[in-house]
Amino acid sequence: MESQLPAEFVVNVDHEKCRKCKRCVINCSFSAIEFKDKVTPNNKQCVACHRCTTLCPESAITITENPLDYRNNYNWTPEIRKNILKQAESGGIILTGMGNPKPYPIYWDHMLIDACQVTNPSIDPLREPMELRTYLGAKPDSLDFEGKNDNVSLKTELAPQVKLDIPIVFAAMSYGAISLNAHKALAMAARRMGTLMNTGEGGLHEDLASYTDRIIVQVASGRFGVTSKYLNNSALVEIKIGQGAKPGIGGHLPGEKVGEDISKTRMIPVGTDALSPAPHHDIYSIEDLSQLIYAIKEATDYKKPVSVKIAAVHNVAAIASGIVRAGADIVMIDGFRGGTGAAPMVIRDNVGIPVELALAAVDDRLRQEGIRNRASIIVGGSIRQSADVVKAIALGADACVIGTAALIAIGCRVCQKCYTGNCAWGIATQKPELVRRLNPEVAADHLCNLLTAWGHEIQEVLGSLGINAIESLRGSRERLRGVGLNQEALDILGIKHAGIGQ
Amino acid sequence: MKCDGIPSGCAISGMMSEEGRRIDGSVIIKSIACMHDRSNGLGGGFAAYGIYPKRKHQYAFHMMFDNMDAKEATEEFFKDAFNVDKDEPIPTHRENGIKNPPLLWRYFLEAPENKLEFLTERDYVMKIVMQINSEIEGAFVASSGKNMGAFKGVGYPEDIGKFYKLEDYSAYIWTSHGRFPTNTPGWWGGAHPFTLLDWSVVHNGEISSYGINKRYLEMFGYKLELRTDTEVIAYLFDLLVRKHNLPMELAVKALASPFWKDIDRMEPEQKKVATALRQVYGSTLMNGPFSIILGHSRGMMGLNDRIKLRPMTAARKDDMLYMASEESAIREIAPDLDQVWSPKAGTSVIGTLNAEVE
Repeated sequence: MESQLPAEFVVNVDHEKCRKCKRCVINCSFSAIEFKDKVTPNNKQCVACHRCTTLCPESAITITENPLDYRNNYNWTPEIRKNILKQAESGGIILTGMGNPKPYPIYWDHMLIDACQVTNPSIDPLREPMELRTYLGAKPDSLDFEGKNDNVSLKTELAPQVKLDIPIVFAAMSYGAISLNAHKALAMAARRMGTLMNTGEGGLHEDLASYTDRIIVQVASGRFGVTSKYLNNSALVEIKIGQGAKPGIGGHLPGEKVGEDISKTRMIPVGTDALSPAPHHDIYSIEDLSQLIYAIKEATDYKKPVSVKIAAVHNVAAIASGIVRAGADIVMIDGFRGGTGAAPMVIRDNVGIPVELALAAVDDRLRQEGIRNRASIIVGGSIRQSADVVKAIALGADACVIGTAALIAIGCRVCQKCYTGNCAWGIATQKPELVRRLNPEVAADHLCNLLTAWGHEIQEVLGSLGINAIESLRGSRERLRGVGLNQEALDILGIKHAGIGQ
Repeated sequence: MKCDGIPSGCAISGMMSEEGRRIDGSVIIKSIACMHDRSNGLGGGFAAYGIYPKRKHQYAFHMMFDNMDAKEATEEFFKDAFNVDKDEPIPTHRENGIKNPPLLWRYFLEAPENKLEFLTERDYVMKIVMQINSEIEGAFVASSGKNMGAFKGVGYPEDIGKFYKLEDYSAYIWTSHGRFPTNTPGWWGGAHPFTLLDWSVVHNGEISSYGINKRYLEMFGYKLELRTDTEVIAYLFDLLVRKHNLPMELAVKALASPFWKDIDRMEPEQKKVATALRQVYGSTLMNGPFSIILGHSRGMMGLNDRIKLRPMTAARKDDMLYMASEESAIREIAPDLDQVWSPKAGTSVIGTLNAEVE
């Protein structure tokens, strides 16, 4: 049956300008443009990925939202009606990609940063050192030393630490969800910027073997590609329990994406679906998680920090505390706005909590229990700009991860069609003709530029705060103020309302 | 000699005899008075070590009370917490324009043994200090160390010094402070020095990392009630040196740590030490402009922030070590010096009481 759903977008072709070069036709991976004597859009297929408008040499194409007036109704919005129609036609769960797009409050945008005036001078980052270096890993409460004066040596043996030159790490995105060229770009940029990329749960392609000191390898419920070599060839190991975009559910990479290379990397037969179960089938409680943490530590000779990634959910503080006590060196919290290659819309749009609140609650809880030193906290789930990083660190994070922002830097237009495998920009696809569109070197340059720019911006803010090391910002909530937040939100965030002094 | 002060920020001055000679309080008053223009009359104070030799084994609590109720509540609390050997008003001179002082009283206390089953004596006393400051309305512990005391209030430091009759005390370490408050209200408890046990801190500057320093200290049971950033300095030294047993030199490397660019160039073992200190004690890093003089029963230490945003001059003459915001304040009391220098950013000047001095 032909779908009765109207098109979401309209592709407007200016036939006066069009020279019929067909570049748009060749480039559209969603079959939204055909050539029938002239360039002819098939509007229903258009996802607004902007590939055609960007590449049209005559700038002859524009894309607009289909100006289709639904009878106004605050309750039965066009989106809800469209979804009902889709499900009435298909009988299926609505799939979607990327992060929650709904207008929930964005707490980052309700926090403002302090600055120095008069008594504490601001510092010029162009003249003075401005340190962003961060170490991830468990820290002891105190240190013991031997010897005296100039001959002091360290007696305490520290747990393994991973150095970051900038407290921003690339988020877990698996080879499968994104292309090998995207993975290569992330790895190259991570090395150049002194930070890390994360394999996600899809294993590590052999082409990235030389980057292993800059790679977080993930162990997820599907255990794809997990070998002793995989665990040991890494900067650190991450156990993925949950993902902000889809807390509590598993993952599914369709068989058609599992080609020769992915099959080898994930260690599954070509063409089979790669299913990640909702829970780890060997983890049904915290003591099981502890076993896995220590199994990985044993397998890596206690040389790699072990991180545990969870989705931000209601009880996140208690869960994080349990994770730290279970032996994790790092807790990674993924907020409900975090991205995904594919998730049921009902989960993505309705499950989880904002990472700002989760972070504040976790940092508080670990401090109350006196175990904040024992683990680093990394947060993600919609870090959009350097200001978000600054605010996250002031709330108590050691570092942030960026996924969507990194993808946007290399061409992503946030069309939310990652799950189709048709990504016109060569990012969220495995089709060789599309993957080829993404030049890893150019993409790596863009990623480095983004991190460099954010690094400079963070340094500017530190300077204006009158501090010259990132650790003086970390957890310093006194330097944040809330605007337009109710008392309860302020209390959870542990900040005062704007207008209140010290 | 003529004093050419630069009218900016607070003033600090400190002096110690490493041989333990006692010097009366008029000398330090003269030094801090020289920097009159650096304060605005909203706070001044002194710390003195060695002033109660006859009661040197007892904790000398200098108390400030807003009213009699607070005094009675505190005394009731002391009865249970300590053996109170003696209590008396702190002698003051009332005719020099110091307005509205609180009730000033001192207590000489011993910690009863039955209270020390689960705590060391000093942890116990620290807990009591925290409890009084946070729980007894209108009561404030100005100092709580042995054989030392803090004398502070709202006024110019030289007036505060005369108010407390400091010429009647003699000490081997004196530190002093003139305040020009900008970020927190001027109140008697908020004047410097800030103290805990035998630590005292006078501070010129502002700790821009106060927020995280405070949250870090709270993890270890410290309660920060005084609405001012200087408090964290005293507590950070208490935590690092007394509780975590770091040598003073290493504590300084955590609180005003070297830059990574310098750490990276150190010899391997030094580098390991400095890296571990920053990794583990990053939250103790005192960031922002400061020069401080820390006093404790065995010595005195001066320290600047990592990029020296506040002034500090040090000098030596025979057994005397001097430190002050301005050289003029030292020359005022010791015109003829063996050595005068400006300590580098993030580098401490440490004065230690000779080992044989009791």
